[in-house]
Amino acid sequence: MARAVTPQRKLFFTIAAWTVALLIFFPVLWTILTSFKTEASAVASPPELLGADWTLQNYADVWARSDYPKFFLNSVIIAIGSTLLGLLIAIPAAWSMAFVPGKRTKDLLMWMLSTKMMPSAAVLIPMYLIFQRTGLFDTRFGLVLALMLMNLPVIIWMLYTYFKEIPGEILEAARMDGASLMNEVLYVLTPMAIPGIASTMLLNIILAWNEAFWTITLTTVDAAPLSAFIASFSAPQGLFYAKLSAASTMAIAPILIMGWFGQKQLVRGLTFGAVK
Amino acid sequence: MGKIVLKSVRKSFGEVHVIPSVDLTIENGEFVVFVGPSGCGKSTLLRLIAGLEDTSAGTIEIDGKDATLLPPAKRGLAMVFQSYALYPHMTVRKNIMFPLKMAGMDIAAATKKADAAAKVLNLTSYMDRKPGQLSGGQRQRVAIGRAIVREPAAFLFDEPLSNLDAALRGNMRLEITELHQSLKTTMIYVTHDQVEAMTMADKIVVLQAGNIEQVGSPLDLYNHPANAFVAGFIGSPRMNLLEGADAAAVGAKTIGVRPEHLQISTTAGKWKGTVSVAELLGSDTFLHVNVEGHGTMTVRGAGETPLRHGDTVYLTPAEGKMHRFGTDGKNLA
Repeated sequence: MARAVTPQRKLFFTIAAWTVALLIFFPVLWTILTSFKTEASAVASPPELLGADWTLQNYADVWARSDYPKFFLNSVIIAIGSTLLGLLIAIPAAWSMAFVPGKRTKDLLMWMLSTKMMPSAAVLIPMYLIFQRTGLFDTRFGLVLALMLMNLPVIIWMLYTYFKEIPGEILEAARMDGASLMNEVLYVLTPMAIPGIASTMLLNIILAWNEAFWTITLTTVDAAPLSAFIASFSAPQGLFYAKLSAASTMAIAPILIMGWFGQKQLVRGLTFGAVK
Repeated sequence: MGKIVLKSVRKSFGEVHVIPSVDLTIENGEFVVFVGPSGCGKSTLLRLIAGLEDTSAGTIEIDGKDATLLPPAKRGLAMVFQSYALYPHMTVRKNIMFPLKMAGMDIAAATKKADAAAKVLNLTSYMDRKPGQLSGGQRQRVAIGRAIVREPAAFLFDEPLSNLDAALRGNMRLEITELHQSLKTTMIYVTHDQVEAMTMADKIVVLQAGNIEQVGSPLDLYNHPANAFVAGFIGSPRMNLLEGADAAAVGAKTIGVRPEHLQISTTAGKWKGTVSVAELLGSDTFLHVNVEGHGTMTVRGAGETPLRHGDTVYLTPAEGKMHRFGTDGKNLA
């Protein structure tokens, strides 16, 4: 029997859901609001919501003080580059794990995931030294490589879960129908896995875009993306909350917009396999 | 053409020997049914013939050529899967045309062939739909259409009707039999349903634990089961198998009598029992009778029988219809 949903119960859960959602979104909302305040009203106590003296000056200042397009371009190249490189490695890997698993496939998957449990700071010194000595430090390629390696386990896991959902019999049918391995992947597997590949891509771009630890540590000027751009506003000369907020808003806006448009795909990707 | 010969074919998964060793000849144009309980290796045997599994030993010949090491695509066989295994992102037309496209046929010729197959299978009005918009029976027809257009040396069916409801299953059974009669191509059909085996096959192969128990025509198997396993498996309801003094009296370990070969009396007979359940089917009534010392026996009675739960009855095997099996299970007849 289906559980009865009374109007009161529905109202309660609606309010609860909105409360939780607002709590999660509040820091972002506050950042956006602060970006339109004057420095004085940004630090006012008690906090002000948004006065009549709201301004766009912070954005103008941030734009004038730093080369936003360069940081933006770096972010785009690093996020998309690391995602494409990751997919290039992960698709064949996930495919072989899903369709021709060996005795140790499960162990291998667990081991890959376990690398995500290690705190990044634990490998800070070796990574820093390796990047410096190989000339990868402060290069876009270096960051593409670092972020790709960081997110590879997640990409493989997501694709593996997707591929596992594709019935093996369909691929066998293709084999019986005379398809070569190449045709099997091209005409049958890939079209069926496109939603999975797309949501994996989307999530990975978001993860790479928002990554701050390595992007700040391994760059100085040339390859610095938007995370470093935000950090540069909490400089030694003191914190300018309004400008920092403007910089943050400028940094997160592109990915927020992309996430908003891709949310249907993203939710489907993350909950795939949970319900059929 | 479509003669398939299996010589000492073996399949092991590690230490588990799924198919210990099988020798079998399937003649061109035959309708052969592999039947047996779940896990008897019938599907594995079919997949070995298809090339979807590699043999551990032995050879598979198709039309006189050694096909043991050929990939599935090169064997000239077509397969219909239990789950239909249609390509969900393609229309019915594209599904049927797929094997032709893979074979490099030009689009005009392939379309013509697909349309012809669709006509045979009553799919013409569904050609632009996706598999998700079709019923189970229609999907199975598409799967068959995809197999037909290849003009294979043999069709392989892996429990193709198990996902359909009873009425549709009966219809599809007829359709596949008719298809075989018109195409006259070798068909190998795997099922656990002995009714399908009896009604469709030219030749039935009964399997148990990867071994062939008996090969023969449906009536051969029904009238002359080689052993107690085949006797119990072929025929519905299953044969009554009895042990003990009654069997010893005729020099056997086990005796078997089919439900239709037991005569019922309310006054006298060989075995006395009480009716536990009477299943009225209209045309027949199946009585499940608790017989002292033998447990439950099944008897086929007339459609209008007045016997009900709790009635006392006497059962007597019909003359010459009793099967005797030795200690090794083999038929002693």
